[in-house]
This record gives sequence, structure tokens and C-alpha cells, in this order.
Amino acid sequence: MSAEPLLEVTDLVKHFPIKRGILVDRVVDQVRAVDGISFSVAPGQTLGLVGESGSGKSTACRAILNLIKPTSGSVRFEGEEIAGLGRRQMRPLRRQMQMIFQDPYASLNPRKRIGQIVGDPLRRQGVASGGELKRRVQELLDRVGLAPEHYNRFPHEFSGGQRQRIGIARALALQPKLVIADEPVSALDVSIQAQIVNLLDDLQDEFGLTYVFVAHDIGVVRHISDRIAVMHDGKIVEEGTADQVCEHPTDAYTKKLLAAVPIADPRESRARREGATSAG
Amino acid sequence: MSPAPLLSVKGLRVGFSTEGGLLQAVDDVSFEVRPGEVVAIVGESGSGKSVTAQTIMGLTRSKNARIEGTAEFEGMDLIEASDAELRRLRGDRVAMVFQDPMTSFNPVYRLGAQIGEAIRAHRDGVSKSEARARAVELFEAVGIPNAEGRVDDYPHEFSGGMRQRAMIAMALALEPDLLIADEPTTALDVTIQAQILELLRELNRKRNLATILITHDLGVVAEIADRVLVMYAGRVVEQGTLDQIFFDPQHPYTWGLLGSLTRLDKPRPVRLPQISGAPPSLLALPEGCSFRPRCPHEFGPCIDLPPLQARLRDEPGHCDRCWLSPEAKKEKRQVAGQIGLEAPTP
Amino acid sequence: MARFVIRRLAGMIAVLFAVSVIVFVIFNVVPNTNPAQLLAGKNSTPVLVKSIEEEWGFDNSLPEQYLTMMKKIFTGELTSYKPRISVDEQIIERIPATFSLSIGAAIIWLFFGLLLGYLSALRAGGWLDRFLTGFAIAGISIPVFLIAPVLLYFLTYKLEIFPNAQYVPLTENPSEWLSHLILPWVTLAILSIGFYSRVLRSNMLDVMNEDYVRTARAKGLSERRVMSRHVLRNSLVPIVTLFGLDFGATIAGTAIITEYLYSLNGIGLYAIEAVQKFELPPVMGVTIYGAFFVVFVNALVDIAYAYLDPRVRLGESGAS
Ligand SMILES: Nc1ncnc2c1ncn2[C@@H]1O[C@H](COP(=O)(O)OP(=O)(O)O)[C@@H](O)[C@H]1O
Ligand SMILES: Nc1ncnc2c1ncn2[C@@H]1O[C@H](COP(=O)(O)OP(=O)(O)O)[C@@H](O)[C@H]1O
Ligand code: SF4
Ligand SMILES: [Mg+2]
Ligand SMILES: [Mg+2]
Repeated sequence: MSAEPLLEVTDLVKHFPIKRGILVDRVVDQVRAVDGISFSVAPGQTLGLVGESGSGKSTACRAILNLIKPTSGSVRFEGEEIAGLGRRQMRPLRRQMQMIFQDPYASLNPRKRIGQIVGDPLRRQGVASGGELKRRVQELLDRVGLAPEHYNRFPHEFSGGQRQRIGIARALALQPKLVIADEPVSALDVSIQAQIVNLLDDLQDEFGLTYVFVAHDIGVVRHISDRIAVMHDGKIVEEGTADQVCEHPTDAYTKKLLAAVPIADPRESRARREGATSAG
Repeated sequence: MSPAPLLSVKGLRVGFSTEGGLLQAVDDVSFEVRPGEVVAIVGESGSGKSVTAQTIMGLTRSKNARIEGTAEFEGMDLIEASDAELRRLRGDRVAMVFQDPMTSFNPVYRLGAQIGEAIRAHRDGVSKSEARARAVELFEAVGIPNAEGRVDDYPHEFSGGMRQRAMIAMALALEPDLLIADEPTTALDVTIQAQILELLRELNRKRNLATILITHDLGVVAEIADRVLVMYAGRVVEQGTLDQIFFDPQHPYTWGLLGSLTRLDKPRPVRLPQISGAPPSLLALPEGCSFRPRCPHEFGPCIDLPPLQARLRDEPGHCDRCWLSPEAKKEKRQVAGQIGLEAPTP
Repeated sequence: MARFVIRRLAGMIAVLFAVSVIVFVIFNVVPNTNPAQLLAGKNSTPVLVKSIEEEWGFDNSLPEQYLTMMKKIFTGELTSYKPRISVDEQIIERIPATFSLSIGAAIIWLFFGLLLGYLSALRAGGWLDRFLTGFAIAGISIPVFLIAPVLLYFLTYKLEIFPNAQYVPLTENPSEWLSHLILPWVTLAILSIGFYSRVLRSNMLDVMNEDYVRTARAKGLSERRVMSRHVLRNSLVPIVTLFGLDFGATIAGTAIITEYLYSLNGIGLYAIEAVQKFELPPVMGVTIYGAFFVVFVNALVDIAYAYLDPRVRLGESGAS
């Protein structure tokens, strides 16, 4: 990696205190949700973050974007330290960094029209208004594969895949540099998953986006990522290029994770099973 | 050659009357399950997999459901059977495991008690302590460590994977002949999924348990199924043996599903092959072949609904619902480039 | 569990303190309520007022007055202004009437509320459900001060089925006790019957869609067992909280109107008289009594809730 990293995370820690006490709570223990992770992402690249549920992926995303205050560690965006910045100081940076969520149902306000949802960031940051705003929103909708007439519809009128497209349009409205996608395809059907993954791919090429792509499905992560970091119990146990991690894993946990992924080939899975039974 | 079927479903149709009109959730579904066999039903969400399974169990009966067809289980038609007859069968001869282990147990009762309840519902004269002892045995059988100590736990004290084991233990309580597992691993992490699949395989082998496995994951299918039904918009669009579906798929939807799989053991394609569009609303199905709006190979006859029939003379068990000729299919499948696997050697 | 109870008790004391301060402040801020003036009567002289103020401590600072009053409540020395009798004794004397009314009504509303709710849910959408829904809505919407006169007019004056007014102690004459209380009970319970039946019905319809109910059916349980063991049992858990709140509120206040309408000599009637006479001590006494019951019953409910729902119980003790 020659270029200056767009995002550089060093020893990022997020602990949640467990409080207990008779009358006044005291901190008796910590949930070590994120326990000292470091990685960097070069501009235009994708870092995949895989791990089982509870391994700390979502917490890491939120801590990186300063949506929750990290316990310690450093997050540099274009060389500038952002960990621990206040709401006001983050404001100009928010345009540059956006998030896409897993649940396209829960992350869209059901009472707002699509035009409002997608246009909100533009309006709030004072980028566009009136006819200009509408034009920009319709362009975005078009770009993510929705029709201009969807502008006045409500989220419940859309399928899961379409809602995820809306979420993507909203994230892209301010032309961010970094997009953190937390399990954007986990709730979708396989055929729709492929559509969304391809869309993200295209958008990356078109706008030079940098992604942190989170998923528990290592196959999808491998497809979209340049580098992969494997998370386990709040730590990154292995990091490397996508093919390296998937084809020549070195860490025991990574190996276990890979071995558990079903292979969609009856011959292969039969061979693997026989291999396993004869070896064990 | 093969033993007589344990369950034989013929022409199953399930419609629900809804505000938007009659919703045909399941339309003309036929299949057989033999002892010891795993039949997988795959398809996108909303394709009617769960309704098919629950109808066999009699769980979709209601005022606004219209159910037609037959489902013969050891000489009894489950569609015609009375509620009482079905109830005797459920949990005893035919058992079911559901998708979400987090919500499928009643949170206010102990796991052992919930298993005991299933046993005592079918076996008069089994005492609570006998039922509990049986629950401990079952916990051991499905690999829950410290069974004796954990049988009196409440559901929320178990992790997701352990809860699904407990669910399977409950399903096995009365040694059923048929297990219906509705997405039993969808909510679980892959490492836990691998363990649950291993457990199911072992049950098939050791107890000759017939299984209907519902899933949307072709990877899971490849791991465990003997036969496969591919469902789309309430209809079976292709069915065949595991190898037929993976190595000689006949329906463009099956190609799409196989194509959009990500494979860890293969170099990654530049683009994931995708099926464009989305499944149709069951209230407004397209005329003719329901896959038509998404099908890249649509041609003249597709405006008529294709019947489910075998097109290869030497493979009568391999049926599909597509108007393309077998030759055309072979060719188009090649052009499509990726059907998940290399094309079969000619 | 001990930690849980201690926390509840601490919270209870805090609430009692807050409520008593509020009532105290209100009584001292509302103008025209110089109690000394009140006590001195019409032909008061400044000297008399002054001496009364000194005797009762009205010239002390408010916090001091508050402290003395609270001390007196808990030592039983608090007296009303006129006649000068012990507030605590007055309250205790009237407790049987208020409790008879509240507890009896609570039993009636729980029983009928749950029964009607259960039937409604079983027959959801059918004619019985529709009839019960109409009944429930009527029960909820007719105000108590309308029901009572109507019942009294027809059943007491016209048909003379029930006797009028007065509380007859249970120990004195059980059948009189009962016949005097039936109308007040019905009056007090009718709103809650309607309300509880609606709440249970909608809880049950929600629970019927739960995955574990489908599991129960898939096990081959009879429909009766599915309904009682799985649907009803789980639907009752939130009702416990509701009942705790309502019962506390009834003892502490809701019963007041009914006591007044039927001239039952309970704590509510006592409170009304005291307010009319601007007597702070009885009001304060009744407030503390009421707040105590609301808070106490709620603490009981939380504990009961923890027993009914293992997730609450074990979530609390499991990690300690
Ligand atoms: N707000 C919170 N308070 C306490 N613990 C939390 C909180 N958020 C997450 N956790 C815990 O942190 C761990 C990591 O969670 P999460 O980041 O959501 O994992 P993932 O996204 O990989 O599934 C889990 O054990 C979770 O219970
Ligand atoms: N009781 C019901 N009433 C009306 N529609 C239903 C009912 N149950 C299922 N459906 C509809 O039937 C279709 C098939 O559902 P289902 O079998 O659950 O799909 P899946 O393949 O995801 O399991 C869906 O469109 C669903 O909304
Ligand atoms: S029948 Fe026609 S539209 Fe349907 S799958 Fe076959 S080719 Fe496509
Ligand atoms: Mg997460
Ligand atoms: Mg389903």
C-alpha cells in the first residue's frame, strides 16, 4: 500500500461497563466489545470485516464513525485524528463518512417519503434545496436503480432489496469518501444480495469510494474486499489480502470459520466430509 | 428400487383470502419423501416454503385459508384428516423445527418442562419425572453438554446454537418418522450451522429419519440434501436429485440461484452473476411463466404457464417448469457462463 | 433478590418524600389559608391568632414545620385542627371501609375482566367478541358519577333490592356488609372490567402470533392447553403490572369518588372533608398513606413480575 491511507485505526478499544450495586451502581466489569483493533484502508479500496455475531463488528463501525465514544485508541481520517471529537467538530466530517445499515426496514423513517429520506442529508448540510434538491435526489435514485417516480413513495411500499438501495442513495447523497456498510446484504435473499453487492462495486468504481464492508458471510466479503480482517471476541485475529486470508489462512480461528462455510458443490462437500471423517 | 414413500404430497395448493384478494401462497406442489431421505426445499423468501411445510403439519388451517390437494402420510391424508387425528400425529410421528431458536420456545417455562409437555401430550401415564429423564437423554443425544444440569434452564439461558439443539431434541422426543426443519440454521453463525447440519446428518443415518429441510442457502443444500425442490412464487419450478440440480440444472431460475453463489474454493468472478428484478407479488403474478419478467431467455411460448414435467427421457425424476428444450437449455446455460459449477462433461 | 428489594425500598422512600413535600408546599402556597386564622374563627383577634400560631408552630420556617409534621405522622401525634383528634387514628378507623371497597372491587374486576377478555380473544371476530367489545367500551366510557346515581335510583329507590349508604363492618354483620357493598363494588369495578378485558384480549391476540405458540401446536398439544398454558399464561404477565398500578391507585384515590357517592365512611370521604375545611394535617396523613400504598403495591408487583418472567428474575441474579 503506497498511498496515504484514508482511514487509519490504531488500537481502537470500546468497552461497555457492566454496572452493579445496591444503591449506587458501580462498574464491576467490562464487555470488551472492541478490544484494541488496528487496520488501515487506502483510498478507493475495500476492507472486509468478518466475524461471528457478537464479535464486535458493529461496535467497531460505530466507534470508527464516532457514533459512540471510543474508550481509547486513535481513528485517523485523511491523517486527521477524529476519535473523541465533539458533535460540532464532527459535523463537517460527517459529509465525508457515511454508514449503511443491515436492516433496511428499521433504518428508514416509515413516515417520511423517499425523496425526503434521501434529500435530508443534502438539506441539512445546506448543499441543495428546492428544485435543485429534487433533481439531485432523482439522480441518486436513478443511480441506485430506483425510478424517479419512487420519489413520493413511503418505505413500506418497497421490497427489502429496494429499501437497501434507498439506504445506499441516502449514504451517497453527500458524496462521501468513506462508506461503512454494516451487514448491508445479510437480511436479503441470495439473488438480491448479488444485485446489491454489484451495485456497491459499481458505485465504488464510479465515485472512487472507500468501503469498510462488514458481514458474517465470508463468501460475500471475499468477493467485494481487497483486504479482509477477521474479528473474534473484539480482536482482529488475522488480516491480509482477500485471497490470502481465504486461501491460506494462518490463524486457527480463521481456519475454523472457513471450514464451517458450506461449499455449494455436492462433490466438494462430500469429499470434505469424507476427508474429515477419515481424518477424525 | 427405493422404499415406498413415507410422505406423498400431490397437487398441494394453499390460498389465503387477504384484503388484496386471494393470495395463492402454494400452487400445485407435489413431492415424495422416503424414509431416511433428506428433501430440501429452496427458494427466496415468500416463495411458499414455510406454508408448504406448515400445511403438511396442519398448522395453516384457518377460516381464510383454502387448502387443496393431498398429503398422504402412511395411508392417512393429512389434508383431509380431522384436527384431532392431526394433533395425534404432530410432535409424535411428524415433528417440526423452526427457524428462530430465540423465539420458538416459550420464555416462561423451563426447557425440560417444554420437552416433557410434548412427551406427555402423546404418552398417557408418563410421569413428569420420567419425561424429565427422557429430556436429559435427548439433550445428551443432541450434544448439549452437562445435560442433567441444563435441562431445567430457561430458554434465555441458552445460546442460539444450544437452543436450536434443544429444539431438535424436542422434535426427536417421540422418535418421529418425519422431521420438518424450517430454516433451522438461518439464524445461526456458520460454525454453529456446521454443527447443526452434522447433527441432522447423523440423525438421518442412525435413525433413518426422513427430513424435509427448508432453506434458502444452496450451500446448506449441497451439504445435506438427497433431493431438491426449487420453489418460485408458490410453485415448484424444478425438482431432482442433488446432483441433477447442481450439475444439470434445467430452469433459468435455478441457474440464477447457482450463479449468484459466492464460492470460497473458486477464483472470484469480476462481477457476481445476478438475477435482475425481484420476485413478483403473489397477488399480481405475471401471466404464463412466473419467472418471465426476470428471465433473460424468455421467448414466445413463455406467455403460457409451463407444466412441471420431465424433459430428459432417461431422468424421469428430474422435472422443471420451463418451455426451453433440453438442447436450448444446455446452450443457454453455457452462454450464461456461470451456473455455479462447471458444466457437466458431455 | 435482596438487592432488588432494597432498591425498591429506597425508591419508595424517595417517592414518599417527594409527594409529601409537594402536598405541603401546595397547601402553604395557596393563598388565604392561614390555618391560625382558620382556627381562631370568625371573631378572631390578632392576639388570639398570634397565640395559636405559636402553639401550633405556624410561625416557624416552612422546613421546620414540614419536619415536625412528618415526625408527628410517624409517631401518631398528628392531630387535625378542629376537632383536635389524631389523624392516624382517624385513618386507621376508616381503613376497613376503604379496603373492603377496593379489595372487593379489585377481585370483581380481575375476575370478570380476565374472563371476558379470554372469551373475547378465543372468539375474536365472532359475534360474542363483538358483543363483549361493545360492553367493554360502554364500561370504559360511562363515568362513575353517572353509574352510581343510576344504580342507586333503580336498584335502591325503585326496586329496593340494595340498601342505601353507610358502611357496615364485616365483623358486625357479614351479610349487611356484603349487601351494602355490592353497588359500590360494581360501580368501582365496571370501568376496569371493560379495560382489563380489552387489554387481555389484545395481549392474547399478540401472543397467539408468537413463534412459541406455533411450536406448542406443532408438539400436538390440545387447543385448550395451547390457549391456557401458552397463550393465557404469557398474556397475563403484563397484566400484573397494570393491576398493581390500578390497585394502588384505587386504594389511594380512585375509591374516593365511590366512597363519596355512596357515603361510605372510608379514607376518601375523610380526605374530601379535610380538603373542604383546608385542614393540612389530615390531607398530609392521607397523602402519605396513599403514596405509601401506591409505592408499596408497585414494589410487590415488581417482585411478582420477576417471579412470573424468568428473564427478569435471572437477568438480575444471574450476573451477580
Ligand atoms: N450498548 C451496549 N452495551 C453493552 N454491550 C454491548 C452494547 N453494544 C454491543 N454490546 C456487546 O458488545 C459485543 C459486540 O457486539 P456487536 O458489535 O454488536 O457485534 P457484531 O456486530 O459483531 O455482531 C456483544 O457482546 C454485545 O453484547
Ligand atoms: N396466514 C397467512 N395469510 C396470508 N398470507 C400468508 C399467510 N401465511 C403466509 N402467507 C403468505 O404466503 C407467502 C409465502 O410465505 P412463506 O411460505 O412463509 O414463504 P417462505 O418461502 O419465505 O417460507 C408469503 O407471501 C406470505 O406473505
Ligand atoms: S418458461 Fe420462458 S420465461 Fe420461464 S423460465 Fe423458461 S425461458 Fe424463462
Ligand atoms: Mg452487528
Ligand atoms: Mg419461511
